[in-house]
Amino acid sequence: MEKTQNNKAWLLVLPVLVLVAFSAVLPLMTVVNYAFNDTFGNNQFFWTGIEWFDDMIHSERLRAALGRQVMFSLIILAIEVPLGIFIALNMPKKGFWASLCLVLMALPLLIPFNVVGTIWQIFGRVDIGLLGRALQGMGIDYNYTNDPLDAWITVIVMDVWHWTSLVALLAYAGLQSIPQAYYQAARIDQATRWSVFRYIELPKMKGVLLIAILLRFMDSFMIYTEPFVVTGGGPGNSTTFLSIDLAKMATGQFDLGPAAAFSIMYFLVILLISWVFYTVMTNLDREEAR
Amino acid sequence: MRIRSNAIVMTIYLLFLLVPIYWLVNMSLKTNTEITSSFTLWPQNLTFRNYMVILTDPSWYMGYVNSLIYVVLNTVISITVALPAAYAFSRYSFMGDKHLFFWLLTNRMAPPAVFALPFFQLYSAMNLIDTHIAVALAHCLFNVPLAVWILEGFMRGVPKEIDETAYIDGYSFPTFFVKIFMPLIASGIGVAAFFCFMFSWVELLLSRTLTTTFAKPIAATMTRTVSASGMDWGVLAAAGVLTIVPGALVIYFVRNYIAKGFALGRV
Repeated sequence: MEKTQNNKAWLLVLPVLVLVAFSAVLPLMTVVNYAFNDTFGNNQFFWTGIEWFDDMIHSERLRAALGRQVMFSLIILAIEVPLGIFIALNMPKKGFWASLCLVLMALPLLIPFNVVGTIWQIFGRVDIGLLGRALQGMGIDYNYTNDPLDAWITVIVMDVWHWTSLVALLAYAGLQSIPQAYYQAARIDQATRWSVFRYIELPKMKGVLLIAILLRFMDSFMIYTEPFVVTGGGPGNSTTFLSIDLAKMATGQFDLGPAAAFSIMYFLVILLISWVFYTVMTNLDREEAR
Repeated sequence: MRIRSNAIVMTIYLLFLLVPIYWLVNMSLKTNTEITSSFTLWPQNLTFRNYMVILTDPSWYMGYVNSLIYVVLNTVISITVALPAAYAFSRYSFMGDKHLFFWLLTNRMAPPAVFALPFFQLYSAMNLIDTHIAVALAHCLFNVPLAVWILEGFMRGVPKEIDETAYIDGYSFPTFFVKIFMPLIASGIGVAAFFCFMFSWVELLLSRTLTTTFAKPIAATMTRTVSASGMDWGVLAAAGVLTIVPGALVIYFVRNYIAKGFALGRV
């Protein structure tokens, strides 16, 4: 759509601007303030320059958490995206069953994060949980509170359970937008199932899949509540991801300076990824408009 | 044959989704002795005691009331400020519009953990800690951008000729917006409200940080009970089930828009 050039539109945006500035810019300024200062209480601050940043960049703890975080996000993407597409391809196209699938699939998405954690905490327990009990029954030594690998698997399965439907729903919405004529043309050409997927369905899903991938990446990159409830970051530090580590540092130990420096670097990474997201998305919008 | 394999895949996937939820419901209907001493696939002695505990104890049910209050406040605030802004983004180009739109997005993507501590100090300084409005405002951080993006997605679908015709017919901007434009994007407003409601409802980190007693959300009530009073599994499960209910009730109405909402209005 051709947009009218009008700077008075700023007036319409103003309320949002004020509100979000209040809830985002003000707190961020506090963070920046802490990141460059040290304090011994009494609201006395001492300028430290980039000392905290230097500490954090060279901190083993932060690097370990970052490593776990990146690994977690990559595993999540590697499982959820193909699985989500696969599910979307198998969903009924219309009618009662399609509605039922949509509703049931969306259910995990609407459960409070800590309840998701609680569900899996209970489900995986070896004494009272169905999953833990069943695995024990099969002779598998499974205990997510003691074994780091089991804890990882539990957290990953939980996330797959929680969010695969998001990818599936988005991919499904993309599939729905493909006109029947495309499939008929493919049938006339005697295209195989794979080439239908590769040359018709995948290109049509490109836009929504990008959104799905980036949303999943961002949200898994800042995951906090679910693993916190299930494993508390343990056993040891094995499931301490970035947000958990940050919350521990800031509200547990009150190491404000390092936590703030950490926050700023964390936020810059997020900013960078958001920018890539936004650029890709606006380019796609423009392509579609053409 | 083909339909059959589709159905099998979907059945397996839906079972995978529903079994953990079933287990929670199952546990909420058992007594604690049955949960810990015997292992049963369905409740042997069906009991509603766990639900009664929650519905009769103020420290439990006030958690739900608190959550609902701040969630509704947040939804109203978010939609109210997002409507004019989304209209501006969908209709006009103005200085810095693209940067502003991007900046909004970064707030949706910002990790709440980064904001938890500064929020606590900001709201302490303003004596807003432990009030519903504090949580409602804090959740605006990600809900206002979300609402703007979703509404903008819906508003683009409305042709601009409608606006122009209305202005020629002598409508002022406010009357046009409320009387003509808002009914046109009613489904969009519904979806945006639903998503604001949901994301505020599921968030725990900020709402827990900003409250202590009077405005404590149900999610925080649950975590504290788990750590403090040993393990009352039955009540915990019942509380969990009750938090799923609001989402499950409204999900049917938004089923066709849910993808659009999660895609920030871009499907």
